[in-house]
Amino acid sequence: MPSLDDYKGQNPTWCPGCGNFSILKTFKDAMVELGIDPHQFTIVSGIGQAGKFPHYLKCNTFNGLHGRTLPVATGIRLSNHDMLVIAVAGDGDCYGEGGNHLMHAMRRNINVKLFVHDNQIYGLTKGQASPTSMEGMVTKNQPFGVLSAELNPMALAVALDCSFVARGFAGDTEHLNGLIKEAINHKGFTLVDVLQPCVTFNKVNTYEWYRQRVYHIEPEYNPKNRIEAFKKALEWGDRIPIGIIYKNNRPIFEERIQVIKDIPLVRQLFNVAKIEKTLKEFY
Amino acid sequence: MDYSIKIGGEAGQGIQTIGDTLARVFSRAGYHVFTNQDYESRIRGGHNFFQIRFSEKPVTASRDKIDILVALDKESIEQHEKELSEYGQIIYDSATLKQQHEKSYFLDIPFVNLAVKHGGNKIMANTVATGAVLGMLGMELDILLDIIKVTFKKKGEDIIKANIDAAMAGHDHAVKECIKCSFSAAPISKPKMLIAGNDAIGLGAIASGCKFYAAYPMTPSTGIMEYVASKAKEYGIVIEQAEDEIAAINMALGASFAGVRAMTGSSGGGFALMVEGLSLSAMTETPIVIALAQRPGPATGFPTRTEQADLNFALYTAHGEFPRVIFTPGTPEQAFYLTNKAFDIAEKYQIPVIILTDQYLADSQWTFDNFDLSKIKYTDYRLRGDTFKNLKQYKRHAFTDSGISPLGVPGDAKHLVVTDSDEHDEEGHIAEDAETRIKMVNKRLFKKLPLIQKEIEPPLIYGHSNPEIVISGWGSTYGVMKEAVDELSANWDIAMLHFSEIYPFPPINKFNYLKVLKNAKMTICVENNATGQFAKLMKAETGYTFNTLINRFDGRPFTVEQLLGEINAIIR
Ligand SMILES: Cc1ncc(C[n+]2csc(CCOP(=O)(O)OP(=O)(O)O)c2C)c(N)n1
Ligand code: SF4
Ligand SMILES: [Mg+2]
Repeated sequence: MPSLDDYKGQNPTWCPGCGNFSILKTFKDAMVELGIDPHQFTIVSGIGQAGKFPHYLKCNTFNGLHGRTLPVATGIRLSNHDMLVIAVAGDGDCYGEGGNHLMHAMRRNINVKLFVHDNQIYGLTKGQASPTSMEGMVTKNQPFGVLSAELNPMALAVALDCSFVARGFAGDTEHLNGLIKEAINHKGFTLVDVLQPCVTFNKVNTYEWYRQRVYHIEPEYNPKNRIEAFKKALEWGDRIPIGIIYKNNRPIFEERIQVIKDIPLVRQLFNVAKIEKTLKEFY
Repeated sequence: MDYSIKIGGEAGQGIQTIGDTLARVFSRAGYHVFTNQDYESRIRGGHNFFQIRFSEKPVTASRDKIDILVALDKESIEQHEKELSEYGQIIYDSATLKQQHEKSYFLDIPFVNLAVKHGGNKIMANTVATGAVLGMLGMELDILLDIIKVTFKKKGEDIIKANIDAAMAGHDHAVKECIKCSFSAAPISKPKMLIAGNDAIGLGAIASGCKFYAAYPMTPSTGIMEYVASKAKEYGIVIEQAEDEIAAINMALGASFAGVRAMTGSSGGGFALMVEGLSLSAMTETPIVIALAQRPGPATGFPTRTEQADLNFALYTAHGEFPRVIFTPGTPEQAFYLTNKAFDIAEKYQIPVIILTDQYLADSQWTFDNFDLSKIKYTDYRLRGDTFKNLKQYKRHAFTDSGISPLGVPGDAKHLVVTDSDEHDEEGHIAEDAETRIKMVNKRLFKKLPLIQKEIEPPLIYGHSNPEIVISGWGSTYGVMKEAVDELSANWDIAMLHFSEIYPFPPINKFNYLKVLKNAKMTICVENNATGQFAKLMKAETGYTFNTLINRFDGRPFTVEQLLGEINAIIR
């Protein structure tokens, strides 16, 4: 069984007080509690403050390009579906630069666990608006305030029949711990949008702001009802639901690919001699 | 003998089927065959053609003169009548074209009527036409009938019989009516293999153990994906049509990171989207093979035509400084072996390798006696299973003498495989310090580069060994240049210098090609582009300047006659 010591990585370079610290701590706890060893999974991350996440723990890591976590994660899963693959991205990373990949990852239902550290801002590049920044927010690059409507990732995910759609809050680690475990145990593509205060650049959506608004989704709520889920997903403003908004049992992509049904691609042997037969087809 | 057949018509009329079938009949009859296609970016209408040349002697390009024109539309006659050879014949169906031609070299064959009468359906008109061409050539139908039996196996006996009857009707009609036909083409030897550039790359990838191919469709590269897809089940290959080319290359990199050989392919526009991924492959030292099948640009350009204008793009694109390898095969055979070499080198040195082709090579079919599988190299350079487990210590980007770090398969051992698009330390974690940076650049670039350079084979010289005239080029111009050299050899000491391993630029220690160039009186660089990109590369890499250039940039491939005309104008 792994211990927290096994998960000790580099010292984070995040600002003191950043919401990422509690996500990191919660994630490590969850992995230890799930009994998963560092070599048993891979984190694919993008570029941004969130993208640095895997360096601050221990695991196989592909810290790729800004916006491109999901295609890399997809490639890994298709090559080795025995490997647990977790994607960690920022809101700019995943909803902006890589938005197209998100839609298609949901469509495929590739069994990747996506955690978006949603601070409603571009942290690493010092405070520009992100797709989830609130309308009207003034930044150096948005001098007249954000003019575009906020992206609602939960509603988008429900609309695309994403297999598992949830929202967590970095300030509620006990709750987040549960979500992380549920996501990892769910079979299918999971999106967990984690509200993550950026104490340096986002002066609107602060810990206080979130605390006043978030509430735990009622225990009697049925996340399997897509219409209800859509209603829940639309809730944003004075009250922000956290918890599992939607889930379904769609078959995962990997299982539907005949050639890897039995053995992961990476373990399938190759024999050049077989080509002889194929060569004959050209005569 | 040396015959050329052209099938012309609108998109959707089935010229490809007729062309493919005839080419197969000739290659099975033991002839050397060369086919090429000229098509527009549309699914129906327009004017397209398929040209087949076959001979007892090797043929590596199309000629301007046509011996049999199969005109499926009026436009074919308008455009190509003038290309007929002395004994040339045009076959057409006056009922379909709604016009009658009286000239002696026209032969009216009721493709549709014969199809309905003998095959029971006008759909078989193309089978009638195919049979008719073989009749004109004085060939028996046995090979065609074999092909029909295999092609329609799944459709059942009735369809097979109908097609056979249609083919025989066309054949018999031509034998009876084509009094002017003076062709003769009996089978001459054992069957040859017939293969197009794209298929050769796909086959080469499969023969190299490629297990993952992700791409987004783009002419003229799509054929590679189609070929690999057609074999996916048999060989256990995961094939994924990505949402865009950015996803395609990133998926392939993910697959490669996870431990399988992976490839992607596109044309210039899609490759442009992959460029950041190319750089990612370099920084994370993740092996990848990329097929870049050129078409004329800029932007969408001529989607279905040919050009060699992306050499500079392939050479210089992507940010940062890193080693890359670029191969530019000139024939399907070279494409096959070089694809194998691409996989080997990509994995051995953990770098991106680009196979640069173009529409002309992608779609042209050539004949060969055989591909030699004993020449296929397959070495698994990855650390897997117990070998990986038994390592005491592991660092993905460890500093080594060769610059090559151990490429472990994540999950196979307790060792963690960590890599990063940021500059990183030996373990793969983000690093910011100058010292690590310098060591990493030394490792990735300066240590590996000389080793990679040693793998590069020199250009191929064909023709005179101490030539007065040298024509030089790269990629798909191989076939035309070779035929030009054959023609001119009677009167000149001439040779071709063909570069198929273009970057790193071949060193001169294995073969001093610079000496050949310097000793010649006239050196000509032939390129299917406007600015002579290869000539400039030669100058930059070796200081050597070609005496003159021949360029073609109208989106069409060189023809032998055109090239001969231009060379003659220079050397006379
Ligand atoms: C292709 C590309 N464009 C832009 C950047 C610069 N960049 C790095 S991170 C980032 C945005 C970060 O915001 P987010 O994804 O929300 O992550 P955060 O830092 O807030 O966690 C940008 C624009 C980049 N690295 N690559
Ligand atoms: S800038 Fe914001 S998101 Fe980035 S580390 Fe600082 S607080 Fe966290
Ligand atoms: Mg952010």
